[in-house]
Amino acid sequence: MGKHVLLIEDEPNIIEAISFLLNRDGWRVDTHSNGIDAVEVVQAKSPDLVVLDVMLPGKSGYDILRELREGAATSDLPVLVLTARGQSRDREMAERFGASRFMTKPFSNAEVLEVVRELVTP
Amino acid sequence: MSMSTLTGSRIRERRLMLGVRQTQLAASVNISASYLNLIEHNRRRIGGKLLRDLAAALGVEQALLSEGAEAALIATLREAAATPLGAAAERDRADEFAGRFPGWAQLVMGAHRRIGELEHIVETLTDRLAHDPHLAASMHEVLSMVTAIRSTAGILADTREIEPEWRDRFHRNLNEDAVRLAEGAQSLVAYLDRAEGDEARASSPQDEIEAFLRAHDFHFSALEAPGDPQATISMLIDAGNFASASPRVMMRALLERYAADAQRMPLGAVLAEVAAVPQIDPAGMARRFDVDLGTAMRRLAMLAPDHLPVPLGLVICDASGSTTFRKPIEGFPLPRFGGACPLWPLYSALGRPMAALHMQVRQSGRGAGQFDTYAIAQPIGPQQFDAPMLVEAHMLIVPEKTAQTDVPTTDAGQVEGVRQIGVTCRICPRKDCIGRREPSIMSEEF
Repeated sequence: MGKHVLLIEDEPNIIEAISFLLNRDGWRVDTHSNGIDAVEVVQAKSPDLVVLDVMLPGKSGYDILRELREGAATSDLPVLVLTARGQSRDREMAERFGASRFMTKPFSNAEVLEVVRELVTP
Repeated sequence: MSMSTLTGSRIRERRLMLGVRQTQLAASVNISASYLNLIEHNRRRIGGKLLRDLAAALGVEQALLSEGAEAALIATLREAAATPLGAAAERDRADEFAGRFPGWAQLVMGAHRRIGELEHIVETLTDRLAHDPHLAASMHEVLSMVTAIRSTAGILADTREIEPEWRDRFHRNLNEDAVRLAEGAQSLVAYLDRAEGDEARASSPQDEIEAFLRAHDFHFSALEAPGDPQATISMLIDAGNFASASPRVMMRALLERYAADAQRMPLGAVLAEVAAVPQIDPAGMARRFDVDLGTAMRRLAMLAPDHLPVPLGLVICDASGSTTFRKPIEGFPLPRFGGACPLWPLYSALGRPMAALHMQVRQSGRGAGQFDTYAIAQPIGPQQFDAPMLVEAHMLIVPEKTAQTDVPTTDAGQVEGVRQIGVTCRICPRKDCIGRREPSIMSEEF
C-alpha cells in the first residue's frame, strides 16, 4: 500500500478525478468535503500529505492550514493548497499560512501528480 | 498520414461517387490516367492548378479535397498541442490520433474549446475579480467546473486501459460538469450584461452612440430614401434618449455621413453589386460608384445583416489613433477602453496615407479567428494651403470563409503571410512583441 493522501475538496467530480488519478499512481486516497471538522479529520487519519481546497463550506482552507501549522503533530505535514483564484494575494496568503505548495485551478493532471510526488516520495 | 496526403483518397472517393471513370477525369484535366491513379492512391502530392482543375472537374470546393471534413478537428488538436499544456503531446501525429480515435479526438477538442471559452471569460473579468465578491464567487464555481472537466477529460484521454464502469462514470461527470459550466457561464454573462447596462447609463458619449448603433444593427432604413434626411435624423436622435448634448451632436454627424454615403451609393445598386460579386470587394465597390475606399467600406459595413453574405466589422480612427467608430465582429474583439494592438493594419495605414492595404490577420490567443482586412488612411476636410493635413483611417474586417488549417507555418507556429495581431496588450498572450506597451495580465496560470 502506498503513501496516504487526504483530499479536502467540496467539488464531487474533482474529488473523483483526483482520487482516480492518485490511486492509479499508487497512493491511498481518503477524501473529505467540508471545512468545519477538517482539522480533526486530518489529525484522526494522519495522512502523509493533505491536498486542500481553499474555498470550502464551513471554514476557509487558509484557516484550516493555520490550525494545522499550530498543531504539533501537523506543523510539518506537507500541504498542497488548491485555489480557483490565483492572484498574488492568494499566493501570499498561502505562503504566509505555511502551504508547502500552491496550485491554481484549472490545473492539469500531470501538474498534480508532479507536485504530489515532489512533496512525498511514495 | 498527414491531412494533405489524404487528398488523393478524397479525389477518388468523389470521382467514384459521381460515377466518373479514371480515364475520363484524367483527360478532362490533361493528365494521364496512370498519373491520376498515383494521385488517387496518395502516392503523388498535388496542389496549385492541378488541384483547382480537379476540384472544378469534380464540382467541389478545392478546400474539400485538400482539407477534408476532419480538418477542423485536426487543427484544433494541433492548437491544443501547441499550448503549454500540450508540450508532451505528439503534435505531428494529431491526424493519426483523429483518424484512429475520432470519438476521443472529439472529446479532447470539446474540452479544449470549453477551456478556451472559460479562459476568455477569465481574461475579461480579471480586473474586476478583486472588487466584486459576487463575481469572485461565480468565477470560483466556473473554474471549479473547468478543473473537473479538464481533469476528467485528461484521464479519459491519457489512461490507456480504463474499466468500463470508470469510463461511464467519467462520461457522466463530464456531461454533468458541462451542463453546470454552461449554466454558470450563462449566469456570468447575464450578470455582466446587467453590469454593462448599468455602466452604459452613466458612460461616455461614445458608449451611448455604440449602444444606439447596436440597437439598430448599424443600419438605418429610414435614411436610404432620396431627399433631405435632416428631419429623419432629428427623429432618430430624439428616439435615442441620449443623456447629454455631446452624443446627440456626435450621432448627428455620424447619421449625416451615413445619409451622404447612401446618396452616393444607393441601396438597390449596392445590393445588386454585393449579389453579383462572390467576395466582399471594397475596391471594386469604390470603382463601381466612383467613391473613395473609406466610403465604400462604411457603406458595406452598415448594410443590414441579411443583406450581407458574411458579417463585416469596421473600425475608424483619427490621426491620433483614437477610435471614432467601432462595429465589432465575432472573433475580432475591439477593445472598449484604451488603445488597440498597434499591429492592426488600421495603424499601418495611418503611417502610409492613401496606400490601400489588404492584409490577412489572425488574432492571438486560443480560438481566435482569421480575417481579411482592408485598410486605408485618407485626408479629411477641404484641401487648403498651409493647413495641417489630417487623415482618418478605415479598416474593414471580413471573416475568412475557409479556415486556413493546412497552410504553411513558421517555427513559431504562425501562419505564413498572415499577420499575427492581438486585441490590446493587456490581454494579449503573445510574447516578445515589439509593439507591446504594457505587460499582459495573461499570467502563466491562464
